[in-house]
Amino acid sequence: MTTATAPTRRIKPARLLLHGFLIAMAILWLVPLVGAFYASFRPFADTVSNGYFSIPDVSTFTLDNYRNAWEQGDILQRYWNTALILVPALFLTLFFSSMVAFAASRFSWRFNITLLVLFTAGNLLPQQIIIQPLFQIYNRISLPDFLSNSGRLNGSVWGLILIHVAFQSGFCTFVLSNYMKLLPKELNEAAMVDGASVWRQYWSVIMPLTRPALAALATLEFTWIYNDFFWAVVLEQQGADRPITSSLANLGGEFFTDDNLIAAASVYVAIPTLLVYLALQRHFIAGLTLGSTKG
Amino acid sequence: MVGIPTLVHVGLVWVPTLASIFLSFTDWNGIRFSDMNWVGILNYEQIVTVFERDFFQAVINNLVLLLFLFIGPTALGMLIAYLLDKELRGSRVYQSVFYTPVVLSLAVVGFIWQSVMYSTEHGLGTEIFGGGEAVNWLGDQSFLIAFSENYGISRNFVAILVAIAWRHTGYIMVLYLAGLKSVDASLKESASLDGANEWQSFRLVIFPTLKPINVVVAVITVIEALRAFDIIFVLNTPRRTQVLSILTTNNLLGEGGGNVGRGSAYAVILFLLCLGFVVWYVTNHYRESEYQ
Repeated sequence: MTTATAPTRRIKPARLLLHGFLIAMAILWLVPLVGAFYASFRPFADTVSNGYFSIPDVSTFTLDNYRNAWEQGDILQRYWNTALILVPALFLTLFFSSMVAFAASRFSWRFNITLLVLFTAGNLLPQQIIIQPLFQIYNRISLPDFLSNSGRLNGSVWGLILIHVAFQSGFCTFVLSNYMKLLPKELNEAAMVDGASVWRQYWSVIMPLTRPALAALATLEFTWIYNDFFWAVVLEQQGADRPITSSLANLGGEFFTDDNLIAAASVYVAIPTLLVYLALQRHFIAGLTLGSTKG
Repeated sequence: MVGIPTLVHVGLVWVPTLASIFLSFTDWNGIRFSDMNWVGILNYEQIVTVFERDFFQAVINNLVLLLFLFIGPTALGMLIAYLLDKELRGSRVYQSVFYTPVVLSLAVVGFIWQSVMYSTEHGLGTEIFGGGEAVNWLGDQSFLIAFSENYGISRNFVAILVAIAWRHTGYIMVLYLAGLKSVDASLKESASLDGANEWQSFRLVIFPTLKPINVVVAVITVIEALRAFDIIFVLNTPRRTQVLSILTTNNLLGEGGGNVGRGSAYAVILFLLCLGFVVWYVTNHYRESEYQ
């Protein structure tokens, strides 16, 4: 925010007005964030008696909320649960959708457009039309105990990985096919002349050139899968295996009686996505717009 | 190469979709297949008669949300993007501020608004607007704008809309920022040299070139408004303010418990509402593209 107040040599009134507007908006946007962050360092009793935006007695500032949330929320275990779902789901999604996108955008065959339509439209369906039959199917598939605590696909990490891959590959296929389509056709022809198999053309010719799109999608999908709430709430109803995001919703009722403790837990939940966003901001924005460069 | 990915996608996305359509014509309780009876359109009939109030209020809420997303966050996001595109100092900082809510999980967003902003007694909303009295932001279902005795826009839904706007604006902003970056700089200049004022040059020169982004934003907005779930689920603590996605989920797994048929019928209605836009978008996209 310091940049805004830095004086320029010739101050144009229009610019000033512009900054004024943006600063006001930015403050509005920051208030809820700052409020939660601030609360996480204060005892709840203090917030209750004085309100969220009261000037505190500095001596009451504490890290207790973070310590307690870490233990009671079993945060480390939740991070681990999330990683178990997120990492395989992310890789499989990108792998699967890049293959479909490659086959459908680099070659013309009978059903290539049909296939792309199927994936594109699939990504735009409401999740609610899927959930009930999916729940019933998952409930009827048994898994051995070492694969699932519940003994079924329902409530196991595998079920969540599968649905993430199935649902997210719609969007990724769409984006990747748009991207691959724009690569010159001669690439395939030249590779074919050199006797490269279809797999080689995919893996050694097209994939390296698709890297920017893959990087962008990886960052986007990381946050989407990490932040998933709906699938996890419905398909992972037993608390223990739940990923961190959906467990937060539970924690409110189960363990925590005080909001500032949840504020601290929220900070834990937010850290990974915030880090990824700040570190890979460029990819992030590229990812959001990749799908839209060609209407 | 294509087989397994397609099998996974079709098997877990399209097959369940078709199954939902089938189930919506049955009275299945979700336990044994032998309990399943074909009931024709009974579920749909009940939805518009017995559950009329819930259903029409949910449709109203979804439509209000849709309208609101267009006139609120979409317009605001576009405006902010347009302003940030002027190579301002600190543009990156502003961008990050507006975009941060988008990367946060809905559980976190829900918590933040529930406590910091909307806490009945000591939230910021109450401190500013309460005049010393507690305000039940998320529990007050009385209508702020009533369409009739039974239907309207309830106060708690408006509170939820504000939270949604907070999260959605940054998303739209980023989409338009990218779109504006690809608009030729000389185009922007020539408009101002021709003596067009700010609004004219935006409306007549820049906005038309943003068409691809406009289409994407329109689709995103419509689909998100129809299938909105997470944030409403989190903020809607007494589960009374309905949208279609919540009606569906309640009937499938929630308190209603195992009314698969009716839940599926809600889901199918939701699906049909989305379908029009999906078909429109997909046919447009693949007709214009040079796949053929």
